[in-house]
Amino acid sequence: MNKRVVITGLGVVAPNGTGIPDFLEAIQNGTSGIRFNPQYEALNFNCQVSGVPDFEWDHLKTYVNEVTFHGLKGQGIGYAIKAALDAWNDAGNELDYESDTVLWDSGCVFGNSVSDTAVIKNIIARVDAKEARKLGSRVIEQVMNSGATAYISGRLGLGNKVITNSAACATGSQAVLMGYEYIKFGMAKRMLVGSTEHVDPYIFGAFDSMRVLSRKFNQFPEQASRPMSASSGGFVPGSGAGAMVLEDLDFALARGASIYAEILGGANNSGGQRNGGSMTAPNNGSVIKCLEEAVMNAQVQAQDIDLISGHLTGTMADKMEVANWMAVYGKNNNKFPLTNSLKSMIGHCLSAAGSIECVAVALQLFHQFVHPNINLEDPNPEIAEMIGMDALPTECLKKEIKIAAKANFGFGDINTCLIFSKFDYNG
Amino acid sequence: MDKLTILDELKKVLAPYTTNKEALGSINDQTDLIKDLKINSANIIDIIIDAETKYGIEIDPDSAEKMSNVGSCIDVIMEKMNQKE
Repeated sequence: MNKRVVITGLGVVAPNGTGIPDFLEAIQNGTSGIRFNPQYEALNFNCQVSGVPDFEWDHLKTYVNEVTFHGLKGQGIGYAIKAALDAWNDAGNELDYESDTVLWDSGCVFGNSVSDTAVIKNIIARVDAKEARKLGSRVIEQVMNSGATAYISGRLGLGNKVITNSAACATGSQAVLMGYEYIKFGMAKRMLVGSTEHVDPYIFGAFDSMRVLSRKFNQFPEQASRPMSASSGGFVPGSGAGAMVLEDLDFALARGASIYAEILGGANNSGGQRNGGSMTAPNNGSVIKCLEEAVMNAQVQAQDIDLISGHLTGTMADKMEVANWMAVYGKNNNKFPLTNSLKSMIGHCLSAAGSIECVAVALQLFHQFVHPNINLEDPNPEIAEMIGMDALPTECLKKEIKIAAKANFGFGDINTCLIFSKFDYNG
Repeated sequence: MDKLTILDELKKVLAPYTTNKEALGSINDQTDLIKDLKINSANIIDIIIDAETKYGIEIDPDSAEKMSNVGSCIDVIMEKMNQKE
């Protein structure tokens, strides 16, 4: 069993655009979604900027019924519901919430890193005040890690695998890869995949303490996220959700679905926190192995890659990441693939980064453009030397791109790489 | 507080937990919260918590178990309010 897997629906809640049309326009124009964050200032964070989606909470009333809406507090779950149901709808699927039909051939892999800490905080406060009995029935479903997945699958009646994955910053692309594999190997016809993250002062406070966040651009928020630049000094907290409907090609064609792009393959591994790898740093050998396996599994050659959508967060690690890409995709090729980082516009959405970036890749393949790297006025000289400035667009390029690679690397030494292609029925 | 006032107030407590507004409009003592108003059984606990806040009472677990239809809800609420006074 070896099925072709295509992307038929997209949904997104991103700092620079909520909903596909706004997000598409933003990434074509190089619009930053990074703003000053007064809460971070009040909390004495070194980093006082972040990317928060423009999200109308009441809008969720059109996605869930009023009983579900009443008592829904988890911000990340809200993002996930919107992105996922938008993707399902975008794929041309009927949104029949009242039907008793269980969709046995359709499942969901949706990831996140931490469940909503605002909900957790409420529980802690109540319990400590000896008011546990006042918590009610709606908090557990919002603190369980599988909360987002449970809301999504329940709303749509999904009856295949329903899984919540978590692999730190590699979560989103890992979710996409898992969904892809279930379809490829014939275990499902359709998988709703993605991930969600909420900019949360408790989680990002802990990152702030690690001194890995941007701190020198608090007065210039839109310039704060600077992947691959000489002046980058840490990543910018971001949040949101990305979702895609993946589908068995024959199944998609039979129902007349329109197709954004195809997934040709991918790889997911761990460096075992050995040979330079640690809880927080990748084992470069395993990164290279992952990038190599991805092209091998996709049955393409490294020199066929037209676009690299990097992890590229705006930290010291960017240089190493580019060197790893270079080791695999620069070998037999004088011209290094065009390379961009969506994080230059939206910051680092942790678990949601991979899925939002996958949505951006699908849009670039479908509409045939390469989004710019913003804030790259002062490229890191070693990176520029390695791959050449021609590979680093700072303006949106209208260009034919056939194959794109997307990778994410997460704490715990987890690597994921996906290979996407423009859809062509004849392969 | 008389029974009719409590019934009226109870409708407001139940409202966020049922999508069946028509049935809610015409509730009587026999209206079953789960069968007639299609309230999710897990939400009964939320209704009890909301009722405690609204009427300034405490409903112990044994009394809470009795609250399956509108009539029994009103009985329990009245009983607890009387105990308070």
